[in-house]
Amino acid sequence: MCESMINKMKKPKFVPILIMGTAPLFIVFTIALSILYGTKDIDVTTIWLAITQFDSGNVDHNIIMQSRLPRVLAALLVGAFLAISGAIMQGMTRNYLASPSIMGVTDGSAFVITICMIFYPGMSNFNLIICSMIGSAFGAGIVFGFGSLMRNGLSPVRLAIIGTVIGTFLSSISAALSTYFQISQDMSFWYNAKIHKVDPEVLLLALPFGLVGLFLALYIAKSITILSIGEDISISLGQRTKWVKAISILIVVCLTGTAVALVGKIGFVGLIIPHITRFLVGVDYRFVIPCSAIIGGVFLALCDVGSRFINFPFETPVGVVTSLIGVPFFLYLIRTRGGERRA
Amino acid sequence: MVTSVIRAKQLTAGYEKVTVFSDLNTTIKEGKITTIIGPNGCGKSTLLKTIGRILKQQSGNVFLQEQDMKTISTKEIAKQLALLSQNPEAPLQLKVEELISYGRFPHRKNVGTLSNKDIEVIEWAMDITKTTAFRDREIAQLSGGQRQKVWLAMALAQETSILLLDEPTTYLDLAHQLEVLKIVERLNKEHHCTIIMVLHDINHAARFSHEIIAMKDGEIITVGTPKEILEKGTLKQVFNIDARIMIDPDNGAPVCFGYDTFLEQELGEK
Repeated sequence: MCESMINKMKKPKFVPILIMGTAPLFIVFTIALSILYGTKDIDVTTIWLAITQFDSGNVDHNIIMQSRLPRVLAALLVGAFLAISGAIMQGMTRNYLASPSIMGVTDGSAFVITICMIFYPGMSNFNLIICSMIGSAFGAGIVFGFGSLMRNGLSPVRLAIIGTVIGTFLSSISAALSTYFQISQDMSFWYNAKIHKVDPEVLLLALPFGLVGLFLALYIAKSITILSIGEDISISLGQRTKWVKAISILIVVCLTGTAVALVGKIGFVGLIIPHITRFLVGVDYRFVIPCSAIIGGVFLALCDVGSRFINFPFETPVGVVTSLIGVPFFLYLIRTRGGERRA
Repeated sequence: MVTSVIRAKQLTAGYEKVTVFSDLNTTIKEGKITTIIGPNGCGKSTLLKTIGRILKQQSGNVFLQEQDMKTISTKEIAKQLALLSQNPEAPLQLKVEELISYGRFPHRKNVGTLSNKDIEVIEWAMDITKTTAFRDREIAQLSGGQRQKVWLAMALAQETSILLLDEPTTYLDLAHQLEVLKIVERLNKEHHCTIIMVLHDINHAARFSHEIIAMKDGEIITVGTPKEILEKGTLKQVFNIDARIMIDPDNGAPVCFGYDTFLEQELGEK
């Protein structure tokens, strides 16, 4: 067999390498953009001073260090977390509509956070993250539980319907509870993504969870590719399918839970980013997962910058911006892929 | 003496609360093509899936080279036994070559790219299945016949001595059916693969198998050579058809060239 053929098959892929290689540039650019532009324009020199010689008496310095920098970092992280969660869910279930917001995972988080805020007010940030994760597991559990009980319930569109219905139901209960117990002020935080009010302390706490999730996701990426070919094939190839699924769910719960605890519910990032990524890099999850993370993070951070200018000088919730882009995309997916029979 | 490569002992399997077969015993001979035939719902695919550990048995054992499969790690099994299920569906954007390369999964370490050995096997699998020509295409662009050959190539890339095929010719036209079965025959002759497959076409079963297992209602009715199975009495018992059999003068295989249902009165008399 000829050498050239071996080299051809071993050749690394160009697009994923390009995306991962240029990622730092894009991230730095996005951070710069996000710090520079907003309700109050701040010039580059002030930004430099704020980072190098922080003066707590200077309003601009405080805006940068307390608001804009944490905000863009949160957007990058949350975008990455949701995109990874969506990619893993889509690969694992072979369902092109799977994503944290559609499958009730984020609604589960917000629901449990509401309950905890009512019964254990003044929760520590750490507990908040844990509650959010429990909620993610709860939401996913109900939706997939119902899906498994119903005949054909795990088919893409039907699972999306079950997820949306249960998600809406959980949201409604949360809204009713928070009104009844008069905490709707606090809770609106979690329902209209509060990316502009992100707490730097929670951000720091969230980082380790996110890194663990990210690391696990990369570790399991190859197994997800195998699983995405089909469950029978995956078993036949000698993969411990149940184990892979369990770790995948753990990652989704961990990342989505952290994302909701940080900034509340944000729709559609987890749905559209994995699709765009697969379109660019193919269906090998060793590339899909890291590239989704990069594209998701940058996308959400740019949406966040955009949200400052839609109704200038007032902020528009970032969820509105992602929905404006996400809903047409979602309809497009159902239109083009909905007719196909998929497992 | 031919040794058994797979043996099922008091095997019971099914789906949730439905038991498809129970206490089934059978032995598969090494280096032979064994075909399971039987009416729809008789349990032939279930038997194949249970042997291939896709479906967990409710009780009983399957022995691979006389070792209980429960005691062998799934990855080790995957190095000895490959299974191609019925109508698999891959992500449509996947490239042919990429899909076939996943057949190397059980042989590869957790990280790293394909070794030269991996690539050699992949090339061989594409060569034998004649899929090399469309190696760069996406699954979405292939016809049913091409897809089936690609799946077969993936199973071959697994480099196992045992191959389990669940209705490998379903939805294919006559020429493609024959092409797939000829590949199977070649694998058996040249590479001494043990092949166990489920087929609906009894003439194909007769022509390409050494041994046929005839099943009905979750039981093995009889096991034998094509000539022993393609016979009026057995076909009546298994499919409830009145078959007309002759021997193909070209290849010596028995052929069912026509059949009828039994009339109601005849059945009533018995």
